[in-house]
Amino acid sequence: MGIDRRDFLKMAGASAILAIGGLTIVEDITKDIAQASEFTPESGAITAGKWAMVIDVAKFKTEDDYKRVINACNSIHNIPVIDDPKSEVKWIWTDSFEHTFPEQQEEVHMKESLKEMPFLLLCNHCEHPPCVRVCPTKATFKRSDGIVMQDMHRCIGCRFCMAGCPYGSRSFNWTDPRPHIKEENPDYPTRMKGVVEKCTFCTERLAEGLEPACVEASNGAMVFGDITDANSEIRKVLNEAYTIRRKPELGTGPKVYYVMGGADNA
Amino acid sequence: MYNGGKIILGIVIFLALAAYPFFGDIGKANVTPEPNLDTPEIRKLEEKKCVEPEEFMKAEHMSLLNKWRDLAVRDETTVYVASDGDRYKISLQNTCMRCHSNKKEFCDKCHEYTGVKPYCWDCHLAPKEGK
Ligand code: HEC
Ligand code: HEC
Ligand code: HEC
Repeated sequence: MGIDRRDFLKMAGASAILAIGGLTIVEDITKDIAQASEFTPESGAITAGKWAMVIDVAKFKTEDDYKRVINACNSIHNIPVIDDPKSEVKWIWTDSFEHTFPEQQEEVHMKESLKEMPFLLLCNHCEHPPCVRVCPTKATFKRSDGIVMQDMHRCIGCRFCMAGCPYGSRSFNWTDPRPHIKEENPDYPTRMKGVVEKCTFCTERLAEGLEPACVEASNGAMVFGDITDANSEIRKVLNEAYTIRRKPELGTGPKVYYVMGGADNA
Repeated sequence: MYNGGKIILGIVIFLALAAYPFFGDIGKANVTPEPNLDTPEIRKLEEKKCVEPEEFMKAEHMSLLNKWRDLAVRDETTVYVASDGDRYKISLQNTCMRCHSNKKEFCDKCHEYTGVKPYCWDCHLAPKEGK
């Protein structure tokens, strides 16, 4: 009884042949699907060489002007409202002139009254984003159109990006955000405890041909466009108005510009 | 000296315990799940078909979803052209779950049976269902 070495080898050979045959069949099936299907960007999408944003500070006059813009973002992206500043989550928010432009106090020429106003802050979608350099999982990366994207599926919550970002543009979810979301937008995901999030320049809206939600809600106080296109509206604004960016001395190349309204004064 | 009786009793008890998971399951959980395809969106379809053929979806929907999320999030590609040429917006909440709006009767039926717990719903909002 028992099988000798030759029988064993024959059996092994036969099963190997069967296995290879089986594999190619499976491969053929999956190949068919992969070959037949292709992927295309949304036809109605708006695209750019490099997206950038201009915020016209003087056009924000009342508390409501900020709130409208911030709420547009918060409600679309299911952003939780948490009062404790240590665990709050923010994509677009406001801060004082001193905190916004700490190294530029002297050089900024603008009406003193404007300096008393809050300034709108959001991710600067830097040309040289330090957050991307430090992310160990490539969860945050720069897209071909310059947008610094956050892939929630790869975020391990290490918060290196938060340490890397000089603008405080990133928030960590210390708690489950869902109980703090006023009204869920069923078309967009929430996030979960343990991941970092930030503004995405509304990539999901650009794919449908829409401007970012904040820009749409700003009644013209914010301009969004392709900074590589010499004929774009944003380039016209940048050519005509005196603008500054946050902490340019760091060399990150922020792509959010602030029109300081110096012209009225000069 | 050798305590034969006790050893045999011990062996019997051991076998009973070791085999319990098999006997204990008889008559239970053997019903193959039947995911429910009766949703308002699917009722509206002229041709009752998924994004890809049924057999492919059954076996490969998780790989397709994995591909979809990389395409949408990382590769700036938001339209999926299926093998039959139909186009779909790449979205878990706005495409898959719009048709399969009965997650509990559909996705969960299979997943409970097979003991898979996709973590997608920690972030992605499941469709609002009664019950
Ligand atoms: C246009 C509506 C529609 C969309 C969109 C859709 N499905 Fe389906 N799905 C169906 C229909 C109808 C069937 C039944 C197909 C059949 O019987 O041939 C089905 C079948 C399936 C099955 C097999 C179920 C079974 O056991 O018979 C799975 C799994 C599935 N879908 C998952 C998904 C996933 C995941 C997505 C998103 C990637 C998705 N579906 C998007 C309509 C849709
Ligand atoms: C026909 C039964 C069936 C249906 C219907 C079904 N699934 Fe699945 N699904 C499975 C099985 C089985 C697995 C586990 C496969 C494995 O582990 O290899 C799985 C795995 C998954 C995974 C990967 C989970 C993980 O942790 O790896 C995702 C995501 C998923 N399904 C999503 C869906 C969604 C969304 C739907 C509803 C639109 C759905 N499935 C409907 C049977 C089904
Ligand atoms: C940590 C939260 C989180 C988890 C967990 C998660 N997602 Fe997502 N997902 C998001 C967010 C947020 C987006 C929007 C794009 C972005 O910022 O990454 C998204 C986008 C997507 C997209 C493309 C856009 C869309 O509308 O659907 C797909 C497909 C997707 N996820 C599938 C999955 C699947 C499948 C799982 C489970 C295996 C999963 N996701 C788990 C947060 C999550």
